[in-house]
Amino acid sequence: MVAHVETGHAPRNRFIAFASRWLLTTNHKEIGTLYLCLSFGLFFIAGAMAMMMRIELFEPGIQVIDPLIYNQVLTLHGLVMVFGAVMPAFVGLANWMIPLMIGAPDMALPRLNNFSFWILPFAFLILLSSLFMEGGAPNFGWTFYAPLSTTYGPPSTDFFILGVHLMGISSILGAINIIVTIVNLRAPGMTYMKMPLFVWTWFITAFLLIMVMPVLAGCVTMMLTDRHFGTSFFEAAGGGDPVMFQHIFWFFGHPEVYIMILPGFGIASQIIPTFARKKLFGYHSMVYATAAIAFLSFIVWGHHMFTTGMPLFAELFFMYATMLIAVPTGVKVFNWVATMWRGSMTFETPMLFAIGFVMMFTIGGFSGLMLALVPADVQYHDTYFVVAHFHYVLYPGAIFGTMAAVYYWLPKWCGNMYDERLGKIHFWTATFAVNLTFFPMHFTGLAGMPRRIPDYSMQFADFNMVSSVGSWLLGLTQVLFLYIVIKTVRGGEKATDEVWEGAEGLEWTVPSPAPLHTFDTPPVIGDGDHR
Amino acid sequence: MQRSPDRRRCDSLSPARALKSGLAIAALCVIPCVSIADAIDMRPGVTELSQRIQQIHHMSFWVCVVVGIVVFGAMFYTMFAHSRSRNPEPADFSENTQIEIIWTVIPVLILVGMAIPATSALRDIENNEDSDLTIVVTGSQWKWHYRYLDAPISFYSLMATPQEQVQNLQPKGEFYLLDVDNPLVLPTNKKVRFLVTSDDVIHSWWVPDLAVKQDAIPGFINEAWARVPVTGVFRGQCAELCGLDHAYMPVVVDVRPEDEFDAWIEEQRLAAELAGEAAVAARAKTWTMDELLPIGEEVFVTHCATCHERDGEGQGAKYPALNRGVITTGPIEGHIDQVMNGKAGTEMQAWAPQLSDLEIAAVITYERNSWDNALGDIVQPLTIYEAR
Repeated sequence: MVAHVETGHAPRNRFIAFASRWLLTTNHKEIGTLYLCLSFGLFFIAGAMAMMMRIELFEPGIQVIDPLIYNQVLTLHGLVMVFGAVMPAFVGLANWMIPLMIGAPDMALPRLNNFSFWILPFAFLILLSSLFMEGGAPNFGWTFYAPLSTTYGPPSTDFFILGVHLMGISSILGAINIIVTIVNLRAPGMTYMKMPLFVWTWFITAFLLIMVMPVLAGCVTMMLTDRHFGTSFFEAAGGGDPVMFQHIFWFFGHPEVYIMILPGFGIASQIIPTFARKKLFGYHSMVYATAAIAFLSFIVWGHHMFTTGMPLFAELFFMYATMLIAVPTGVKVFNWVATMWRGSMTFETPMLFAIGFVMMFTIGGFSGLMLALVPADVQYHDTYFVVAHFHYVLYPGAIFGTMAAVYYWLPKWCGNMYDERLGKIHFWTATFAVNLTFFPMHFTGLAGMPRRIPDYSMQFADFNMVSSVGSWLLGLTQVLFLYIVIKTVRGGEKATDEVWEGAEGLEWTVPSPAPLHTFDTPPVIGDGDHR
Repeated sequence: MQRSPDRRRCDSLSPARALKSGLAIAALCVIPCVSIADAIDMRPGVTELSQRIQQIHHMSFWVCVVVGIVVFGAMFYTMFAHSRSRNPEPADFSENTQIEIIWTVIPVLILVGMAIPATSALRDIENNEDSDLTIVVTGSQWKWHYRYLDAPISFYSLMATPQEQVQNLQPKGEFYLLDVDNPLVLPTNKKVRFLVTSDDVIHSWWVPDLAVKQDAIPGFINEAWARVPVTGVFRGQCAELCGLDHAYMPVVVDVRPEDEFDAWIEEQRLAAELAGEAAVAARAKTWTMDELLPIGEEVFVTHCATCHERDGEGQGAKYPALNRGVITTGPIEGHIDQVMNGKAGTEMQAWAPQLSDLEIAAVITYERNSWDNALGDIVQPLTIYEAR
């Protein structure tokens, strides 16, 4: 490369070198970085869409975007946040951290790893390009219920189907890679019950992905044949069943919800012990609780469908099963509190985000428990109460979890400490804005405002205005986050190898920044070491 | 939600009323708190079941509040008491089987306590037997259709809020987006069974005050019921995303005393007969362009303009322009067929069952002779009658 610089074609060659480095990389750290950057970009795109909706919802009446566009923005916001922001962020963290945490030199299947990442930008290019197509983007909500999405869907629905297939392939390959890595590449002496909790939660999440992504693929394939090949899976006029669509979708969709939160549980379980300077309380029960939640996630899908005319027996079954999830989830929350109990705590930004995660996720858990009660669900279903509920588990849950992880591990990734003062400002403003945005939605929902409407009656006006203002502030705080991350990557106080004084685990034994290749010789874990 | 204000009557000024006024003024100081509590609570509604559901909501809410106080209290306490400055030496414990069993068992007991009232209320909600009156509720994009199985009455119910209010050209009314042309009329104290279905996509028929939310699914007939003990007007909305105008298909239920309800049924019967006679008269007559255009414009604005836009320019490929359109300027038979029978697989529905001969004739005449279209065609109601 040095020779090329002398020939005078430096800029072009440097570009080719740069592009081929990132296009062809098989290094888990570089691929992890790619995942995180893609997720960050899509987070801002989907966030801008949310803010567009909040502009329209600032006041009753149609002001800025009409219903035609609103439904498209609504659909893409959901799809991009779920498949583009949250899931790739967690996969990026897994790529970076799982080999470092189990003492492996890389992921087990590096070329597959490259392939599963590079599918994604194209999947989202296909999905987002539908915005510029004749007939507009998909406009049926991220749940794409048939027949609105089949018989009545816009032509771009086929691009959506292709996009979902690609995302599914990427997720399945990524999950296989994670499982193979964890099963085969653990350092000598690291038994399953010595794995860090983040590795455990991802291990379980990967199995969830392998089990449900094919179901989603089947679902969209049935849509495709309904649309173009004369089948009637979901078309009542042809003897099909629109409710079956919902059963299939939610059999994917409910485990998917846990795919988006279990790695967050793992992150909180890494961070809280570090800053409490005390071992994680109830390690075994944490693992079992995660497995229990994963199992239960397969038998509760019906709670999304209580108003579809289910028989009483099925409603009772799904209600009881759903309520049961509160037990393992409660165990996890109690364990985190017990970890903090009589520790010696400091409150750096990762710890703040982790505590914010636990508290606000618990609020989302409370409303989830309320939603499980079928009689009350008759009133909550498809209102803003549900919108409030799932944004509480996703925003201060999945997204705060990711941010906690970024603050926690960023010094290890780039070798520089982030700006603690700015980090704290980011946490407090984001926490304020999250609650300002989503808490009033509980009230509008209870008062009777349906979700997915661009216009509403006068009684909901005040709280909607509050939510809108909150959402814009929330968007601004994430620009601050972007600034903090860029500033940290570019420079700053050098991080030590251990970074945090209370941190335990193999990832802190390698230098900061972590060199491209680590653990070429596997470390050996003794009986009393690490967890 | 909105019970009609006519239920509150003050007929005369009396000492008792003066006392009430005094109390009301005193209460003004309390009202802000009360109204805030109302604004953030689930609506109690007016039926026995809706009130039971509100109680279940309160129960689960307070359980969550208590658990929240305990858990968050513990968290805040430990953050305060066990920070490094107050507790420099961390304790060294990480297992306690006993306490883990306790905090597994206690939540299970709480959940069982919550499941019992929920189960019993659910059994009552699902008991659709012994109804006095049955109504078929059919959703379609974007209106509701009601059919009384016990009387020869059926009608469509469309949002009555004018587009000018939606577009912010007029001030918004009290019942903005929650007003319809023909509300569903029900008697008090009768068990009314709703059979809910759909003609196109999935909708959801929801009246919060009656605690009835039932998905309208094509190919399925779902059941729900309500027994309303009070008179009043109760408003709700479609609760399942159903396409472009999902926000604009309200549900309005007008509950009347039994005798008034019976009188209304009789009135509707007569009106149906009159409409039949008017239709016969309309067929017999030869209409002029000037007579048809205003009728056609009204029909167009009510039914067609949401998709095709008032200026006939449509909204992209999905909702094509009628101004200089292929069909609206093509052969008249094709135009009549499209309006009467709709276009399969699109949101263009069959209007033959929904509109009268005169209305269909007038709207086609309007579309062929408005904006830049000037074909000069006049469609007569008789032509439509014969095309049926």
